[in-house]
Amino acid sequence: MSSAAAVNAAGAALLALATASMLVGVGDLSTEILLASRIPRTLALLLAGAGLAVAGVLMQLVAQNRFVEPSTAGTAQSASLGMLAVTILAPDAPVVVKMLCAAIAALVGTLLFLRVLKAIPLRSTLTVPLVGIVLGGIIWAAATFLAYRYDLMQMLASWSTGDFSTVLRGRYEVLWIALALTIVAYVAADRFTIAGLGRDSAVGLGLDYRRVVGLALTIVALVTAATVVTVGTIPFLGLVAPNIVSLIVGDNLRRSLPLVAGLGAGLMLACDLLGRLVPYPFEIPVGTVMGVAGGGLFLYLLLRRDARLG
Amino acid sequence: MIETQELTRRYDKAAVVDAVSLQLPEQAFTAIIGANGAGKSTFLAMVSRLMPASAGRAFVDGLDVATTSGDVLARRLAILRQDSAVTARVTVRDLVAFGRYPHSRGRLTAEDRAQIEDALDFLELAPLADRFLDEISGGQRQRAFVAMVLAQDTDHLLLDEPLNNLDMRHAAGMMKLLRRAVDERGRTVVAVLHDINFASCYADHIVAMRDGRVIAEGPPEVIVTPSVLEAVYGIAMEVVSVRGYRSVHYYR
Ligand SMILES: Nc1ncnc2c1ncn2[C@@H]1O[C@H](COP(=O)(O)OP(=O)(O)OP(=O)(O)O)[C@@H](O)[C@H]1O
Ligand SMILES: [Mg+2]
Repeated sequence: MSSAAAVNAAGAALLALATASMLVGVGDLSTEILLASRIPRTLALLLAGAGLAVAGVLMQLVAQNRFVEPSTAGTAQSASLGMLAVTILAPDAPVVVKMLCAAIAALVGTLLFLRVLKAIPLRSTLTVPLVGIVLGGIIWAAATFLAYRYDLMQMLASWSTGDFSTVLRGRYEVLWIALALTIVAYVAADRFTIAGLGRDSAVGLGLDYRRVVGLALTIVALVTAATVVTVGTIPFLGLVAPNIVSLIVGDNLRRSLPLVAGLGAGLMLACDLLGRLVPYPFEIPVGTVMGVAGGGLFLYLLLRRDARLG
Repeated sequence: MIETQELTRRYDKAAVVDAVSLQLPEQAFTAIIGANGAGKSTFLAMVSRLMPASAGRAFVDGLDVATTSGDVLARRLAILRQDSAVTARVTVRDLVAFGRYPHSRGRLTAEDRAQIEDALDFLELAPLADRFLDEISGGQRQRAFVAMVLAQDTDHLLLDEPLNNLDMRHAAGMMKLLRRAVDERGRTVVAVLHDINFASCYADHIVAMRDGRVIAEGPPEVIVTPSVLEAVYGIAMEVVSVRGYRSVHYYR
């Protein structure tokens, strides 16, 4: 199959999933339901899926490790903590302001993660995500403590498990920022790929390495914050989509980024559909489905990759 | 022109490069030799602004590498590191194409593409061009990185152990290629070499380092002698002349 044909097939699959996502649901399909709920939900899934997959691949280039992504690097947990803090301090702030606070917290958390990594002298492929998971756990514990004190446990829980069942028109639009950032990432694709060759190669080729890393981390933080505040944390997606694409077409982002975004969107739609269809007329949140399906895929990739790359 | 003034790198108190002041000859092949840990890589990394100096300065074409912007330097100087491990999965051709980045900023012209193919051919990589870096051998990967450095098309080439992982045929081929870069295109090549016989046969100038200092420099006739080499490496060496080149025996 030529690559153009592959892209066409992938596009068709994505369209079919999106159509299915708009048709599936409890209640009759009316224009009002379509506009108020089904279309917003489908768009939110597409935007969050693409954004998180792109955030994952950027995170991996910066950390020089295939097994990190926002939910395994403390980024998502920091976003929740930031969101919680701003909810306590300024409960009436508009959602965009809250999201920006969450993004700043996410950025700080990610920088802390990279800082801790730097201090570990000999790190293997696996210690990197482990450090991230431990750090995320600590940040999450702090958030839980705070939420408990201020009686916001329910709110915190809603950010921890990704769920699109409450997405309605007027409540998801912050996610368009994920699309804007995906486009920014595509424009800067060459710089990000070169940064992925490692600091020395990047500096040798005249790249302002710190700036490129800063841009990548800003994108990661904003996408993570936008998804956490609107639909909650979705684990593993940022890991699975980039790794599958990497196996097939490699990591030259100029070529791979559209596929990463597309696969992320597709996986998100597929997992959400699964969560809606299997227990019909009830729903399992997409975060849970992704936790199982993505976790399984992740383990498979881990074993496969590790066998090859050592 | 590459020049350093009292270039120094310290870890804690110990200086691993200790106030090195050098002027490397233009349009010539300079070999840097010295034992493991002598400070060769650290010196090269500071000259190529990959590592900040603790003290002293380094200049390329009169530009202070600490203050000149990265992309300006990238068009004057290319650097090959001692170990170029990458986690990103890119093809050999993509890697070499990134060598053109300082000139093209990602928009490859026909001229850029020609240079990429030339570099691939020079290093006998054309048959491997579409393979991923994790699908080729260590020596092939080393050649791919050298091809990237050549594609950068700079007046100055700094290479840290370019012969790493290469078999005899490709090692000799690499030295011939670097020699041609000097003779035919007027490049300045600086390479760290552990094989003293290659340095002796191909270099115009040899810089010998020990414990962070330059203990001797000069043409091969001056450096490739038992007394200098014993001071550099601390073992007994026998130097014989073969076809007009000095050749060193130290194997047993
Ligand atoms: N991060 C560090 N902390 C402390 N000492 C260091 C550090 N990095 C390097 N060194 C020391 O600096 C010295 C010079 O290292 P360098 O890599 O420049 O040696 P080299 O001449 O290139 O050796 P080789 O032939 O083995 O490549 C070594 O003694 C090394 O142990
Ligand atoms: Mg070295």
